Amino acid sequence: MLWKCFKMAVQSIISNKFRSMLTMLGIIIGITAVISLVSLMEGLTSEVTDAFEEVGIEAISVNITNRASTVELPVEDMDELAREHSDVIRGYSPSVTMPAYIKDGTDTLNSSATGVNEQYIDLYQYKLMSGRGITYIDVERMQKVCVIGTYIAKEIFGGNALGKTLQITGVPYRVVGILEERGDSTKGSEDDSVYVPYTVAAHTTNTRKINNYIVYATNQETVEAAESLIENLCDKDIGDDDYYNIIAMKAIAESLMGILDSMEAMLVAIAAISLIVAGIGIMNIMLVSVTERTREIGIRKSLGAKQRNILTQFVMEAGMLSCIGGVIGIIFGSLLAIGAGKLLDMNILPTLNSIIVSFTVSAAIGVFFGYMPAKKAAALNPIDALRYD
Amino acid sequence: MPPLVELKDVYKIYKMGNSSVHALDGISMTIEKGEFVAIVGQSGSGKSTCMNIIGCLDVATRGVYRLNGRAITNYTQDELAEIRNKTLGFIFQQYNLIPKLTVIENVQLPLLYAGMRESEQRKRALESLERVGLKSKAGNYPSQLSGGQQQRVSIARALAGNPSVILADEPTGALDSRTGREVMMFLRQLNREGNTIILITHDNSIAAGAKRIIRITDGKIVYDGPVEGDVTVMKMHGAGEEAPYDEKAKGAT
Repeated sequence: MLWKCFKMAVQSIISNKFRSMLTMLGIIIGITAVISLVSLMEGLTSEVTDAFEEVGIEAISVNITNRASTVELPVEDMDELAREHSDVIRGYSPSVTMPAYIKDGTDTLNSSATGVNEQYIDLYQYKLMSGRGITYIDVERMQKVCVIGTYIAKEIFGGNALGKTLQITGVPYRVVGILEERGDSTKGSEDDSVYVPYTVAAHTTNTRKINNYIVYATNQETVEAAESLIENLCDKDIGDDDYYNIIAMKAIAESLMGILDSMEAMLVAIAAISLIVAGIGIMNIMLVSVTERTREIGIRKSLGAKQRNILTQFVMEAGMLSCIGGVIGIIFGSLLAIGAGKLLDMNILPTLNSIIVSFTVSAAIGVFFGYMPAKKAAALNPIDALRYD
Repeated sequence: MPPLVELKDVYKIYKMGNSSVHALDGISMTIEKGEFVAIVGQSGSGKSTCMNIIGCLDVATRGVYRLNGRAITNYTQDELAEIRNKTLGFIFQQYNLIPKLTVIENVQLPLLYAGMRESEQRKRALESLERVGLKSKAGNYPSQLSGGQQQRVSIARALAGNPSVILADEPTGALDSRTGREVMMFLRQLNREGNTIILITHDNSIAAGAKRIIRITDGKIVYDGPVEGDVTVMKMHGAGEEAPYDEKAKGAT
């Protein structure tokens, strides 16, 4: 019986090709919009996630905002904290930024150098292309050595820089290591960087105390624990929490993800409005169809069709109309998403979830909006229906 | 055995604003198995209402209607649908075939609603089509058939469910007189095979083909008896009309 209903619905849709197509158009557009927007947003989200993972989502930055010499978070205290709580803190590094005018003959390259400790390169998951990183000895003895990115190596030395001397703000530094390329070796990218021992940077910039630290938790789950440890330390050393701030990458990532999520929800909600409009379109056409086929309904009823037989027939027809529209929409939406991905140079693929949800939603729309017309058909009085022309 | 169809003092009253119209004004009749009855009346006489009630498409306002001894009162639409499906076969003036279904699918419809298996449906439908001589047209659409053929398909559909009563509502109304006679002859044939047929018509010459006439005027029965006794029919055709009627029909086929 159900199979027969299915067949009848197919016949009815095929016999009214043009009208069926127009009716489906609403669903097609709605589902296309939903699929492509969701895929796009998912692609964007994974792009952002990747970016955070590169920096390290477990990074926490500590900044002392008050420049008075009495407000201090000594390196020794930070070091002690990291040692005592190695279960939550993987490592830390001071971060002292100093402007760097890198001399190359007569040309000056305007860059900046960062003073760090021996842990920094590992924490940031940089890899050395050649040479070595900053060592404990470099820090202790304030050696004028540096580790440079590929952009600097290329611009100043034309590639082979190891062992050569670099003039930073008039002071010569020996290049002891070159980092592997991470960005695209252009100005302003991650490859446009110079690292020196933080003791040297602090001395050069005349800062007696360290104002910025970068701390890494052991993993994503220990970020909160590490954060509160640092907060306790700051509370003890500095006191006034107006004088410092602690920013966890994870919190930024989470709030950014939250924004992306609500953006996605909003876009989908807008697309969903078009699905409601499409559903009303289906209801409209089904009402017309019921009126047109009043006589057929009368015949069927006179031959013994029960209300549920008629109901099933029309609900099935509406459901099928919108399911076919849904499938076409899924195909269009996926193609659109993949096309947009190619255009934006992002890896965008429709997720299985969004496809399943879209299909279910389109089936539900058909059944929901088809029910009222079908109910009307089922309730027709057979005598009146038979007499209808 | 109770009579097949029994109406006892049946009224059908339609409310029209403040006044009420008595479409059936106290009708009683009994039809036994194997009869061929013509219910005759002008339009507006109440014969269609009578058919609707006998056909379980409508229920009486007052009075008792028994079909196969079962009183048809207080039934839901769905229960009435089931009774129609199991015990009644309809033949309509406009054939009432569904144009987008093939001939065999049309004939299968009552069997489909009876919940029969597909293979059984096809078998029964083909048998039924064979009886009306249209087995070869099973795969055609109604629009590809002539009016007479379409009416035979609708007869096949009425027969398919093996009903107790066949209700024919102006079955020749849309046909030319020759094919009309063919259809009448076929109905007489079915009656001879034991089917109970109730024919509703306004046409006395068609009614003359039945065995018994029930004449309705203004919702009341004015004559109920054999064809030969009906003054109106006899005035037109005479007592000996029945035999040549048959021969004419035979000659046409």
